[in-house]
Amino acid sequence: MFEMNATRLRVWLFTLACLIAAIALPFLAPTYYVQFFAKALIMGMLAMALNLVVGHGGLVSLCHAAFFGLAGYVLALLSPRYDAASLLTTFPLAVLSSAAAGLVIGALALRTRGIYFIMVTLAFGEMLFFFFHDTKVAGGSDGIFINVRPEIAVAGRQLLDLDKPITFYFFVLACLVGVVALLTMVVRSPFGHALAAARDNERRARSLGFPIFRIRLIAFALSGGLAGVAGYLAAAQFGFVAPQMLGWHQSATVLVMVLIGGLRSVTGPLVGALVLIGLEEVLKAHLDNWKLAEGLIIIGIVVMLPNGIRQIWPMIFGSSPEVPVDAGRAEAEHAVAEARHA
Amino acid sequence: MHEIALRAECLQKRFGGLAAVRDVSIDVHVGEIHAVIGPNGAGKSTLINLLSGELFANAGEILLGATNITAFAPDRRARAGLGRAYQKTTIFPKFSVHENVRLAAQARSSAPLRMFGGVQSDTECHRRAADAIGNAGLSGRSQVIADRLSHGEQRQLEIAMVLATDPRIILLDEPLAGMGQSEAREIIALIASLKIGRAVLIVEHDMDAVFELADRLTVMQDGGVIATGLPQEVRTHPAVRAAYLGNYGDVA
Ligand SMILES: Nc1ncnc2c1ncn2[C@@H]1O[C@H](COP(=O)(O)OP(=O)(O)OP(=O)(O)O)[C@@H](O)[C@H]1O
Ligand SMILES: [Mg+2]
Repeated sequence: MFEMNATRLRVWLFTLACLIAAIALPFLAPTYYVQFFAKALIMGMLAMALNLVVGHGGLVSLCHAAFFGLAGYVLALLSPRYDAASLLTTFPLAVLSSAAAGLVIGALALRTRGIYFIMVTLAFGEMLFFFFHDTKVAGGSDGIFINVRPEIAVAGRQLLDLDKPITFYFFVLACLVGVVALLTMVVRSPFGHALAAARDNERRARSLGFPIFRIRLIAFALSGGLAGVAGYLAAAQFGFVAPQMLGWHQSATVLVMVLIGGLRSVTGPLVGALVLIGLEEVLKAHLDNWKLAEGLIIIGIVVMLPNGIRQIWPMIFGSSPEVPVDAGRAEAEHAVAEARHA
Repeated sequence: MHEIALRAECLQKRFGGLAAVRDVSIDVHVGEIHAVIGPNGAGKSTLINLLSGELFANAGEILLGATNITAFAPDRRARAGLGRAYQKTTIFPKFSVHENVRLAAQARSSAPLRMFGGVQSDTECHRRAADAIGNAGLSGRSQVIADRLSHGEQRQLEIAMVLATDPRIILLDEPLAGMGQSEAREIIALIASLKIGRAVLIVEHDMDAVFELADRLTVMQDGGVIATGLPQEVRTHPAVRAAYLGNYGDVA
């Protein structure tokens, strides 16, 4: 018991130290690093959002960049050309759009399992990519600019202006704390335990009475919405959105962050994002063909770390007992299980 | 005559050309253990899967109490009061015994999908889980990770999980499979206690256990029912002797 409390205390102290360091950063470091760090934290948010479905739900999604990019496009489309958009309306709208996209894509993709789930999410993600790439809705393949960053203004008085780098940084930090708090709460709640139960043994969870599809769909939509938080912030930071933001490359990069950080904790993927983005920055500065070096290092990390690949493998290729929804395969699998037993 | 907990009428299940279950009707009564026996491939597991909803019947009806559950998905049947254990142990291997059973209790709690507040705060759930663990004979093992348990203990755990969902009817598919003598004794005693206030349907190959436990017996062969009734009636039924119990001559 005492030991439990001691570890807990250490975790709290460590979290507090990180938070203090993050708060102190803009007062100590040059603006370039503050912006760089803000960017890394935003990617960390996206990775943590993704990990709700990958690590806790056992669902490997390859369309989270689409939720991320969609929120960015919503901000871009809602921003007046020469004026600041209102944060209080565009932020919730962007996040809700991503959550709604998660709900729709999830409702269709969650009828499949394993490798099929990955492919269906990939297909939907690419659909959204090509929607923005090939139509004139928002600048096509050239993307679209957000000339003035969003603000909160009441009766003409500006209360919060994301155009100021330090304000932007603290807004990102506040969102990050909110996302971590929300995910921690969800993961520890009965809902989170049911989600993990469905990951470990879908058949058992269902026969206990858990509505698996609904649980996963809620998690998927929530995860999509949180990816939208990150996407909104990223769009606001760069002042520009382009279709690449939604592409599968981006989805795969975030998945790598999750793998580096580990699947089982809420903040692991944040660490993964910081490591990956930090690594990229260092290699870029020192090497010509830094992409090659980066690839090799990532492969090394992912293979060596005990958490990543080993946990994601059964999610894709299925070694745990699972009941596919469509009856034909359910029965086929059942036959295999019975045959094995006999 | 006891109240009927579960009634199936004229159930049919075809796998391609094979009629794995055909025209099977069965009643399970509260306070009774109803055993289903039959040779390998007779359709016993298929019948259980039809009752639990894991497979859908091509024809027939299933009533749970007065509710027609024929079209219910497995999770909905579970929430309606049907609990089951599998022929092959089906638990959460990486979770502790307590977490396994607590999840089962959570599934039947008033807010199974609550998203705020930790799981610790639901004391009612924990109490029900602890009770079920105790009743299944696993007290003292609740912090052990499930895949470290012996095979017999895992079967006990599965029964504890079923108990924690507070079912009206329990379906058990070969609960004694692969178990040693002394382990089996414990499970048999546990199963005998399950029928108090509940209905139990059990599929089992161990004839000694079947005749010890069963209040009612149904014999299946090639997907159909060849006899049903009290154990002593079925035991002497000529079709059964010919088709099945002949192999167990000294028992029957
Ligand atoms: N999913 C399936 N697809 C095709 N055939 C199946 C399937 N499940 C079962 N069968 C077949 O249906 C018949 C009945 O199988 P079932 O598993 O119900 O038998 P059982 O009575 O439980 O046998 P055992 O005592 O060996 O467990 C068998 O011939 C089996 O091969
Ligand atoms: Mg069987």
